[in-house]
Amino acid sequence: MNRILACLARNQLLISLTVLALALLFPLVFPSQYSIRMATLCGMYIVLALSLNLITGYTGQVSLGHAAFFGIGAYTAAILATRFGLNFLFTFIAAAIVAGLAAFLLGLPTLKLKGHYLAMVTLGFCEIVRLVEMNWMGLTRGPLGILNIPPPSLWGFTIDAPIEYYYFIVALVVLTIKLVQNIVDSRVGKGLIAISEDEIAAEAMGINILRYKVMVFVISAALAGFAGAFYAQYMSYIDPTSFGTDQSISIFIMIIFGGLASIPGTIIGVIVLTLLPEVLRGLMDFRLIIYGLILIAMMLVKPEGLLGNINFTRIKKAADGKKAGELK
Amino acid sequence: MKPLLGIERVTQRFGGLVAVSNVSFQIFENEIIGVIGPNGAGKTTLFNIITGIYKPTEGKVMYDEGNIAGFRPHEITQSGLARTFQNIRLFQNMTVLENVLVGMHTRTKANLFDAVFRTGRLKKEQLEATQKAEYYLRLVDLYEHRHSAAKNLPYGSQRKLEIARAMASEPRLLLLDEPAAGMNEQETAELMEFIGKLKALGYTILLIEHDMKLVMNICERIIVFDHGCLIAQGEPEVIKKEPKVIEAYLGKEA
Amino acid sequence: MFIQQLVNGLTIGSTYALVAIGFTLIFGVLELINFAHGSFYMVGAYFTLMLMLAMGGNFVLAFIISLALTGALGAMMDHFALRRIRERRATKDAALISTIGIATVIDHSVLEFFGSETKSFPAVLNLGKITVGNTIISYMQILIFAVAVILMGLLTFILYKTRIGKAMRAVSQNMDAAKLMGINVNFVISFTFLVASVLAAIAGTMVGMYYQAIEVTMGFAIGMKSFAAAVLGGISVLPGAMLGGLIIGVVEALGASISSGYRDAIAFAVLIIVLVFKPSGLLGKKHNNKV
Repeated sequence: MNRILACLARNQLLISLTVLALALLFPLVFPSQYSIRMATLCGMYIVLALSLNLITGYTGQVSLGHAAFFGIGAYTAAILATRFGLNFLFTFIAAAIVAGLAAFLLGLPTLKLKGHYLAMVTLGFCEIVRLVEMNWMGLTRGPLGILNIPPPSLWGFTIDAPIEYYYFIVALVVLTIKLVQNIVDSRVGKGLIAISEDEIAAEAMGINILRYKVMVFVISAALAGFAGAFYAQYMSYIDPTSFGTDQSISIFIMIIFGGLASIPGTIIGVIVLTLLPEVLRGLMDFRLIIYGLILIAMMLVKPEGLLGNINFTRIKKAADGKKAGELK
Repeated sequence: MKPLLGIERVTQRFGGLVAVSNVSFQIFENEIIGVIGPNGAGKTTLFNIITGIYKPTEGKVMYDEGNIAGFRPHEITQSGLARTFQNIRLFQNMTVLENVLVGMHTRTKANLFDAVFRTGRLKKEQLEATQKAEYYLRLVDLYEHRHSAAKNLPYGSQRKLEIARAMASEPRLLLLDEPAAGMNEQETAELMEFIGKLKALGYTILLIEHDMKLVMNICERIIVFDHGCLIAQGEPEVIKKEPKVIEAYLGKEA
Repeated sequence: MFIQQLVNGLTIGSTYALVAIGFTLIFGVLELINFAHGSFYMVGAYFTLMLMLAMGGNFVLAFIISLALTGALGAMMDHFALRRIRERRATKDAALISTIGIATVIDHSVLEFFGSETKSFPAVLNLGKITVGNTIISYMQILIFAVAVILMGLLTFILYKTRIGKAMRAVSQNMDAAKLMGINVNFVISFTFLVASVLAAIAGTMVGMYYQAIEVTMGFAIGMKSFAAAVLGGISVLPGAMLGGLIIGVVEALGASISSGYRDAIAFAVLIIVLVFKPSGLLGKKHNNKV
């Protein structure tokens, strides 16, 4: 097992490129509307789950309100696109900024709270945001939702075919992975991981804990806002039911299932959990019961998640170190 | 000569409990000072006050002539103090090297922008930081283990790693909370030698320790705590004979 | 009008308090947010109703069997779905996901067996009402409030005066130490789940009688609100859960008369504001970081 992991770790770049190539070829091999749609939604959930992983996985702060930022981004983009006809460069960036700002305002006073208190606050925030979306008729049209959101277009080119959306989300996924990877690999990322391991020790090492938590919460929310903008323009219709606490909890389940603080784990977790209900479709109404049982079974068998506790960068370094030692 | 650290009439209350009561003492550059006293005497509370985990109810903590009482722990580390913990607080799942790199946090500068765009500055700094971290690991003989997870190190090595991590923040004053706890005789002897080396490197050291042999051998001055009060301070030879100290340790009858 | 809303708020708040106490008990022993707790509240109400219909309207017997079934279900949940995770010393997140899995299984099983439509709950106790000034107080409201108060008293007695209660408190203080003292920790935890589930089932049944209707989705909302109530009062502090439940019930009833659309948001808004100023909840103890 360890040797397999070391081998995987050593060939990280090759594997990443292979996966990317497979992702690019996917719609050519499975050209049906249904498969492309599922793959596009998977991509969107990967962006959402990776962004939640920044705050919950790497920094250790349980957030059960990620769908709120997803929704804020979606509504920002939808309103700007339908009422002001702004192009997608602007709607996407605005969605990220507004979601980030909401996270800043929520995080500054609440991120000093410990574990379960923070979980409750974020969960409550998500519920409040959903109710605002539901009741502020003038802005969001409440339960009627926002219809006819135009597809993203820029300089005369419009993304409207399903396959174009798919490549668009693949690009977003690649960017998100790169972003998360770069943050985690840096001095800043080590600070975040230190906070998740031991706040007192991290503070004693000179890390300004609150500042780091707020910063990463804002980044995480901004990415979710981005995903929200994508969702709004992809679906062309949004209503508050897509952004409730149940959605927050599903994203949370995805990152735990895949393994906290693991990028490949998150990707696999999202794909498995998005496709599972589809695979179980034959079971009709029983499928959600089975889904629940699978969650329980998974946590009993592998509580750390699919790829939890496996850090390829460290495995690679250790393997390289060992090799260097042998050469000496 | 001006003191590096001056504790001035510091008192710490928790509700009705007085954990540290009107304590004053000074530490000068390049000294090794030992803090001793029975369990619950307020030694660790004192460390927590100096490093900003508690804000003292009364009194001043003068460091380098500024009052740092009430500063946040990260600000205090920034200003040049670093500590280890009585119950080892390493980042257990990080590697040995990463632990030391986190220790260098205040002495490195790469920000979020550098991280996201992997700027030249970030790469240069990462390389330099790694080299420096490896230097500290060589000092404590852990270089060979730099890629192991901290939790897989034996107990004695974990204590050494905590010291290396504290050194990485380039402090002038090192606070060591029971560095020899849980070590065997040989490890303790090595530790004593190592602390001597730290002095030679120019560090000032304040340490809490129960191992009397260690304290008496390497400390130039000793501060004795009992029930939150500073009951004696002076050179080891003097402290050994001080009746109040004997009383605190052995009870009145003795 | 104000008094009327206050009375309504206290009634519903006392049921929140009962559910919140269960949350707090479980949180106390395991530091676990039990996402399935609301499902036990719902399933308790369903058991009572379905048994009553099956037994030709014998409410008392149906109620007793329902409590036994729900309690057993709670203890089984701990035994089969949580014990192993705990023994492997896995993260709390894993146990939390497991409780979400349990909630999913329970909710969808109920949907499967009993259907998704709202069920009307027959008026088993037609007690009438009294009018004080222009405030109407039904005897049902008084009954709910009284039952809640009695149960809280009983629970306090169990926790502080009985052997099992002392064991529960010992486990919540320090599980390892309790084990060393010869306490059967797993039994105590399962028992805690049993008590919490029974309390939830009592609350669920009473709310069913009060509104004369039950539905599958009733569990999720109350689960979140009583979680909020427990945190508001200071999680793992028993009187805190009671206080939190009552406050949320009252604030919600008063707020609903101002803006009904935001009714469900009020509990959370209050909670966030309180936590910003008092991070450990209203009655929670502020503890210094142990270093």
